[in-house]
Amino acid sequence: MTFRTKLGAVAVILSTGFAGAAMAQDVGKAVEARQSLMQLYAHYLGTLGGMAKGDMDYDAAKAQAAADSLLAMMTADQSNMWPQGSDTEALGDKTAALPAIWTTYPAIADKGKAAAEAAAALASAAGTDLASLQAAMGGVGASCGACHKDFRQKR
Amino acid sequence: MRRLIRWLVFLGLIGLAVFWWITRPNFADADVVAGLTGDVERGERIFYAGGCASCHAAPDAEGEDKLKLGGGLEFVTAFGTFFAPNISPHENGIAGWSALDLVNAMKHGVSPDGQHYFPAFPYTSYAKAEVADIVDLKAYLDTLEPVAVANLEHEVGFPFNIRRSLGGWKFLFLKVDWVVETEDEMVMKGRYLVEGLGHCSDCHTSRNPLGGLDLGNWLAGGPNPDGKGSIPNITPHESGIAAWSEADIAEYLNSGFTPEFDVAGGSMTDVVANTGQLTPEDRAAIAAYLKAVPALERVK
Repeated sequence: MTFRTKLGAVAVILSTGFAGAAMAQDVGKAVEARQSLMQLYAHYLGTLGGMAKGDMDYDAAKAQAAADSLLAMMTADQSNMWPQGSDTEALGDKTAALPAIWTTYPAIADKGKAAAEAAAALASAAGTDLASLQAAMGGVGASCGACHKDFRQKR
Repeated sequence: MRRLIRWLVFLGLIGLAVFWWITRPNFADADVVAGLTGDVERGERIFYAGGCASCHAAPDAEGEDKLKLGGGLEFVTAFGTFFAPNISPHENGIAGWSALDLVNAMKHGVSPDGQHYFPAFPYTSYAKAEVADIVDLKAYLDTLEPVAVANLEHEVGFPFNIRRSLGGWKFLFLKVDWVVETEDEMVMKGRYLVEGLGHCSDCHTSRNPLGGLDLGNWLAGGPNPDGKGSIPNITPHESGIAAWSEADIAEYLNSGFTPEFDVAGGSMTDVVANTGQLTPEDRAAIAAYLKAVPALERVK
């Protein structure tokens, strides 16, 4: 799948995934799935960021593999991960997903698309050299932060 | 009896005179800007180091809109509700201002017509900025797009609505001495950015009941001064960021990623948008300073 069609798919997924109601146990599974996905982002970012800040030696092949994997995770199908009734109001501490995700929809879809674009930019820079990797980290961080600022409960 | 009344009137007048003297607005000498010409490029760095856009851009502005400084952001505090003013080069903003006017605003907390600003504007930190840097900043601000937004009146109750009384507040709390003593050049560079322009303490240090910074708990976090939640301890204490290396801090200020590769949320998102524009050297200096401050228990 090319990057462009992947981004298109993200937009479709994010635009259709928010309406459906779900059974209680499905809500729990959905929350687990999306939290696991976030941990996978963090896993690959750990490799990329470790190199960016000099804790790890830069290795072009490893950086490329991590960035490609991150992009794959960030463009994975999330259509069943965000059912209605899976916000902080319904689930309390089990989630940090604010009701604004659903009440301001499709604002989150735009931010998701921006994040996928930033991940794509990182994937095209990560294997070039360390300086390119370092420069592209900021875009990914900013797009993650933009979403968390509006849609994740402060801890 | 008459003698007593005379004495009371006399003491009252002395009191008024002292009040008048203490609360008078202080201005910089006009010659502090003599011989200085603003440099736009250097001013851009000061703009990002000072985090001006975080408050003075329109609420929720993103991308290029962050350079339209029409103001309007609301701060709900224990003392009242404040609205960030227009600082774009428009007549509703600072179009008519000289560089000296900006020096007086940032270092002395006074407007060109001699009114005290409320300390929601972090002049207690900006007071530590170099005059030359403010002159550069003014040159940069003048290159931005004029925005026509009119300023909103702050909603403040007694006694804070009496602007003159803010002179007394400044007398007590406007201190220009460095909080952290150091001889290390890198730490000094970071200190200028953290204690001065970056105004980190305005959120990360708790306040006394009058709103003055509690310098004994420097950067040890505390309640959010503007909304719900609490502000993290950023001293090298285990209840703070002892576990973060200098590289971790620098990367956080570059991309917003924590050592666990979680990401900055809340108002730190806007801060990182600014610190990400600084040079790696500036971020490393901030990190060196934060590792050099006294390690303190987190303030709840």
